[in-house]
Amino acid sequence: MDVNVVLTYVAFFALAGLTLLSALAVVTLRNLLRSALALVVTFIGVAGIYLLLQAEFIAAVQVLLYVGAVTVLILFAIMLTERLMEARLRQFTGKWWLAAPLVVLVLASIVVSLLGAVWVERPKEALPPEPVASLGEILMTRYALPFEIASVLLLVAMVGAIVVAWPIRDRLKVVEEMEERVARAKAGWKERSGSPKDETVEVAR
Amino acid sequence: MTIPLEYFLILASVLFCLGMYGALARKNAVGILMGIELMLNAVNINLVAFWRYGVVSEFTGQVFALFAITVAAAEAAVGLALVIAIFRSRRTVNADEVDLLKW
Repeated sequence: MDVNVVLTYVAFFALAGLTLLSALAVVTLRNLLRSALALVVTFIGVAGIYLLLQAEFIAAVQVLLYVGAVTVLILFAIMLTERLMEARLRQFTGKWWLAAPLVVLVLASIVVSLLGAVWVERPKEALPPEPVASLGEILMTRYALPFEIASVLLLVAMVGAIVVAWPIRDRLKVVEEMEERVARAKAGWKERSGSPKDETVEVAR
Repeated sequence: MTIPLEYFLILASVLFCLGMYGALARKNAVGILMGIELMLNAVNINLVAFWRYGVVSEFTGQVFALFAITVAAAEAAVGLALVIAIFRSRRTVNADEVDLLKW
């Protein structure tokens, strides 16, 4: 066996193990801050898998966008809602025991159908001489319209995120009023007395 | 003679299912979003792997993965803004406690 082939396999299994172990940590750790840090390791492992597949540009984008931006966003969100990352709070739903076999079932069905499928055998083609340059050219010619739409989407998402997260002083009061109305309407709904007491119940019906 | 395509696909499906478990079992909305990010990453591995083992000169899989990463970034930004807005008004980010619209 060629040394290069052995090294490729070693790299694949090391990266896959790193990715899956850290992903397992992401979904099972009780402290959310730690699982966000494990998420960084997962993203770096996936970037390594992209490099193994010779998609250098995607690997760079992965490191810049996921490791750089998305993780920072997640860490900010965790720290702004700090009360909830405390370890003693319950982090998992009461139905996690139901989720685990369901997920295993999905995994089993995917893997069985994947191994049973007949893939069209084609030898791995050689890359074009300058892959990143050709990718940029294709993005600017054939995929120019989706590219522009993606930039509009990013702009809209940016504005939307700012608007949604903008602090409104009265929002707490508004929500409390709404909750009160909903509670009253629920009580009226349960009674089914046929004589609505106030206009809230009327609205609910 | 290199790694078969199935290795990458199995890696991606295991990663996807781990993300799905996280999205289903977590109570915290940020935890759910982290699970969704894992699922999106798994799909991107699939796309890039199919590109490498398919028609390489077309770059379709890479372009698709790029757009998926873009949409995932937008989703993360808006989703986390929503989480912060919900925390501000309700003092909780637990997905089962935000039930104002649920009867």
